[in-house]
Amino acid sequence: MVARFSVGSERIKNGIFFVIAILIVGTAFGVQMLAEPPELPPFDLLPSLLRGLSTTISLTFWGAILAFVVALITGILRSSQSVVLRSISGIYVEIFRGTSILVQLFWIYFVLPLDPFNISLSAFQAGVLALGLNVGAYGAEVVRGAIQAIPRGQIEASIALNMSRGLMLRRVILPQAIVRILPPFGNLLIELLKATSLASLITLSDVTFQALTLRQTVGRITEIFTLLLFIYFLIAYPLTLGVRWLEKRRQWAT
Amino acid sequence: MQTNENPTAGTADPIVRFENVTKAFGELVVLRELDFSVAPAEKVTIIGPSGSGKTTILRVLMTLEKPNAGYIYVEGEPLWHKRKNGKLMDADEGHLRKVRGSIGMVFQHFNLFPHMTALRNVYEAPVHVLGMNKEQAIARAEDLLGKVGLADKKEHFPSQLSGGQKQRVAIARALAMRPKVMLFDEVTSALDPELVGEVLSVIRELALEGEMAMLLVTHEMGFAREVSDRVVFFDNGRIVEQGPPEQLFGDPQNPRTKSFLGATLRH
Repeated sequence: MVARFSVGSERIKNGIFFVIAILIVGTAFGVQMLAEPPELPPFDLLPSLLRGLSTTISLTFWGAILAFVVALITGILRSSQSVVLRSISGIYVEIFRGTSILVQLFWIYFVLPLDPFNISLSAFQAGVLALGLNVGAYGAEVVRGAIQAIPRGQIEASIALNMSRGLMLRRVILPQAIVRILPPFGNLLIELLKATSLASLITLSDVTFQALTLRQTVGRITEIFTLLLFIYFLIAYPLTLGVRWLEKRRQWAT
Repeated sequence: MQTNENPTAGTADPIVRFENVTKAFGELVVLRELDFSVAPAEKVTIIGPSGSGKTTILRVLMTLEKPNAGYIYVEGEPLWHKRKNGKLMDADEGHLRKVRGSIGMVFQHFNLFPHMTALRNVYEAPVHVLGMNKEQAIARAEDLLGKVGLADKKEHFPSQLSGGQKQRVAIARALAMRPKVMLFDEVTSALDPELVGEVLSVIRELALEGEMAMLLVTHEMGFAREVSDRVVFFDNGRIVEQGPPEQLFGDPQNPRTKSFLGATLRH
């Protein structure tokens, strides 16, 4: 067992399972509410609102996966020795951090289908792309910071053992960096979840979209938007707990 | 060509040879046209004041710093240069990796991999760099940890080890790559005084085994005297004086050597 995984990666794996488990339980709870909604106001509004839950969750899920991959690759490129790779990844990060995510979303959804791009994406694809690229840009800076925080001595030891750059990255740098990366990534995941509400503005029927529709059909504005706050909180809070749990389990890195 | 200066030149082809090597950090010149060589299996200790550039000799040889000028040869092969159409060009990563394979290094601050057990610290590079079979590499890593007296600590992480134990793991890790030249960069300087002995005795044993050339930078004068074939006094980017330990410590010729040794022996 020791041969395959160090204590660190074991803990990280447990942490990921923990977060996923809570997500599943939360979803099951939501589904349960949807199946047998309490009749009392304001809960009679829940079935309509929760119709958007699966969209919100899958936007978060796929957006997070894209953001993670983009952040990892871009963060590594940002720490590369090649000026070209560093510049390209730097430009990407600055553009996506320096402009509004809402405008990025509109741009991907409304501008990409036009000349000269002619790339038509579904609203869902556009949402995932905008969320993933935007949050990925912030994540790239996290990855870059974590890589740069690796003590110089680790790199020197790897050179003295005649490791190639790729091997050094995979076996020495990333396993140590991931411990510093995961807690801030947890925070970015929560940011991403909250940003999914913007997708309602490109016709995606997430929970926010449902709330906006309900406001027009039944009114009851206070109840609708208070419930909406709680729905986001109830998805985000387990994620917060997961992040805190991960933070507690990183002592060996110090 | 430098037979008067270097007592070992001529006895065998040097395994390491510096030719006119210069290294500067900005304005600060730390190696001044250094000529220096190490014979196979020779044990050479470099002593000198702090900041005199002695560590840089090891670092340019390990490819951790690039020299500004001059040539370094390892087993006759240029380290920082590649022969191309009879000319010497700047070496690429592949060439550096090929030539530096016969060099190993132990660092002042150990630089163990904190996310790996002691055992995996030792077998990681043999498996992934040398392509050794994993079972064999583990068996050998266990032998090496036994050799440095840490067989019972193999499942410990570096954070669970004392400084002296960490440094012994680091020595085992470097040995696992079977270097022909091992560089020791002030390997006891970061240790509590009571832990220095255990590390020195491991190095002493390696010196007695004999087949590996060793290049040590140290402030442990007694130890230098005991294990070295040759002691080099280095100051201000140059070799001031060198010779067998009895001569250098017993009868130093250069006034700077005398005053340095006087100062170190007094305290």
